[in-house]
Amino acid sequence: MRITLSTIAALFLSGAVHAETPASLLRSYAGEAAAASRPYAGPSTSAGDRFFHQQHKDWSCASCHTPDPRRGGSHAVTGKTIQPLAPSVNPARFQDRAKADKWFKRNCNDTVGRECTAVEKADVLAYLISLGGAK
Amino acid sequence: MSERNRAGIRLVDWFVWSGATLFLAYGLVCEAVAATSSPAAVFGEECGVCHVAYPGNLMQPADWSKVLGSLDRHYGVDASLDPQMLAVVASHLRATPAATKVGDKSQTLPRITTSSWFRKEHDEVSAKAWSSPAVKSAANCSACHPGAERGDFDEHSIRIPGEGHHEHDRED
Repeated sequence: MRITLSTIAALFLSGAVHAETPASLLRSYAGEAAAASRPYAGPSTSAGDRFFHQQHKDWSCASCHTPDPRRGGSHAVTGKTIQPLAPSVNPARFQDRAKADKWFKRNCNDTVGRECTAVEKADVLAYLISLGGAK
Repeated sequence: MSERNRAGIRLVDWFVWSGATLFLAYGLVCEAVAATSSPAAVFGEECGVCHVAYPGNLMQPADWSKVLGSLDRHYGVDASLDPQMLAVVASHLRATPAATKVGDKSQTLPRITTSSWFRKEHDEVSAKAWSSPAVKSAANCSACHPGAERGDFDEHSIRIPGEGHHEHDRED
């Protein structure tokens, strides 16, 4: 019986590896940030807010995602419609590690001119999670 | 232990194992579905998320190789893919019928929209239509070709923003 229960627990855990939530993704980036930069005080919502709105070279995150990430935007170059980034209004966001990594890599390269650090990703994600429903 | 207790434990055990089996089977089915996404579906998902998933036969295989080889500098934006996804997208493009269109050889990164066949096909489109905010770019196929997302570029379904149906429609 004990074996049965532990088997089931293991199966549930292995199934859960694939499913991400914004909170689990934030924990994951924060863990990488802590490993990469010590001392690390944890994700900062206000630093994420600043980073999101900061003009880097030509663009900021807000150039395409709009200054309010609870709203949809459009790509500055391609015109592609962009759904809201804040998970509170768009539950499809930050459900998949590979997808989040792909877009952080692309968009950081385009906007900041380099890949973002784990600290920056954790801060931005903390900021996005902190936003409530649409105004 | 009484016979009744043993029967109860057997029943619980049966439910637990059934649940575990179903859970495992569900997980395997999900993995299988994810792993067997066709290259065409992956191409549509990965490329079509930003623009029309341009049909593979609009450019030569060598041109597609150039495009796939520089996705980190993709017409002004970073569109890089991880190596696994890149391999699937490449396999989809290899599997499409060979291009009959001649691309523009003068550029490092080929563009469908500057090839001579594209210009010839679109020579009657007015400058006003090209500069319309609804069009924005010649790469925006679906602005005038409503079926572009499905690979349908039929002349009879063309609708130019601000001008309505294409002249081919009026000839019918």
